[in-house]
Amino acid sequence: MILACPFGLLSRCGKDEMTLIETLAGVQAGTPLADAIAQRAEIMGLSQASHDAVLLPRDPGGLSHAERAALAARMAGWNDDPALVAHYRTLLAKAGEPPALAAIAAGEADASLTVEPRFAAIIRHADLLTRRTRDARKEDIAALIAAGVSEPDIVRLAELAAFVNYQARVIAGLRLLGAAA
Amino acid sequence: MSRVVHEFTATVPRWAPYVTPVELDKATPEQRDAMQITPSSKGISPYVLTLAHDPESLKVRSPLFNTIMYGKGGLSSAERELGAVAASIVNSCVYCVAVHASRFNQLTKRPEVMETIFAGGVAAELEDHHQAIFDFAVKLSQSPPAAGPAEIAALRDIGLSEVEILDLILSASIFGWANRLMHTLGEPVRD
Repeated sequence: MILACPFGLLSRCGKDEMTLIETLAGVQAGTPLADAIAQRAEIMGLSQASHDAVLLPRDPGGLSHAERAALAARMAGWNDDPALVAHYRTLLAKAGEPPALAAIAAGEADASLTVEPRFAAIIRHADLLTRRTRDARKEDIAALIAAGVSEPDIVRLAELAAFVNYQARVIAGLRLLGAAA
Repeated sequence: MSRVVHEFTATVPRWAPYVTPVELDKATPEQRDAMQITPSSKGISPYVLTLAHDPESLKVRSPLFNTIMYGKGGLSSAERELGAVAASIVNSCVYCVAVHASRFNQLTKRPEVMETIFAGGVAAELEDHHQAIFDFAVKLSQSPPAAGPAEIAALRDIGLSEVEILDLILSASIFGWANRLMHTLGEPVRD
């Protein structure tokens, strides 16, 4: 019996249990893909630890666990991955779900969102880093600072956006590889 | 007077952060641990000092990156670098392209491949083996990811095994991460 270990810390996952990426990619035991992944078990474990570090950090700084989950759900939506959105909506619900964060998670246009200017700037930046990375400029960092986002929080936000985009691509790739077996 | 580098190159520039890096002598024990500081450490890069603002992420990302790019077996090092360059071209991370194009060139002694990619961008026309790897990594790196069954079939056609394709997925994807740090938190400059 293979059990998913999507929400707990890595240390709670046994070595025979699937990581979140494998679960969401629908990897089937006994397939060539499962065998290949078994050869990269260290990478799967480090990916799970990365998830915990950016979504559930011990020191969240100025980005709460709920805000991180809402932003992650939104970015998963931009990546057209409903299963990954559902995972982050579940994390958001566990963290307590203010209505404004639910709207953000659902990907509503930032003009319609009633959030304070600092968080509005954070949402715009998460969208930029997900959808148009190549267009990011020095001025975008200046805009975050002008909106009151601290420099450590700018780095935390970049790591969050970068991780979710990494994760979405690994999941998309594994699904393709599994389907083409 | 330094100038910002906008064109793709295999000559590695200097990376200049947009945010203030952590000062090494003011770093907390957790930040020092995440930066893997040892008594013999010297010259910690501005990039690592910038990422030290989020030590929990840095501590796990460094071994993840190294295992994906430099782990033993599976896809060749040069082909992992090609996947990294493809992602970095999509995201226009000039610094990332420079580092990994130069590694590709060192491994293959074939600088004309990267010159073709710099000239053609995501539409570069390459020999079949490189083309299949490059096209898959480009499409996986788009937002949203656009790789499909045809790109996977092309990878099987050039003879890549299951674990080699997995390694390509991972090396392209980890640059979806690296590009979003390096390209958005700083810029490449020449002094």
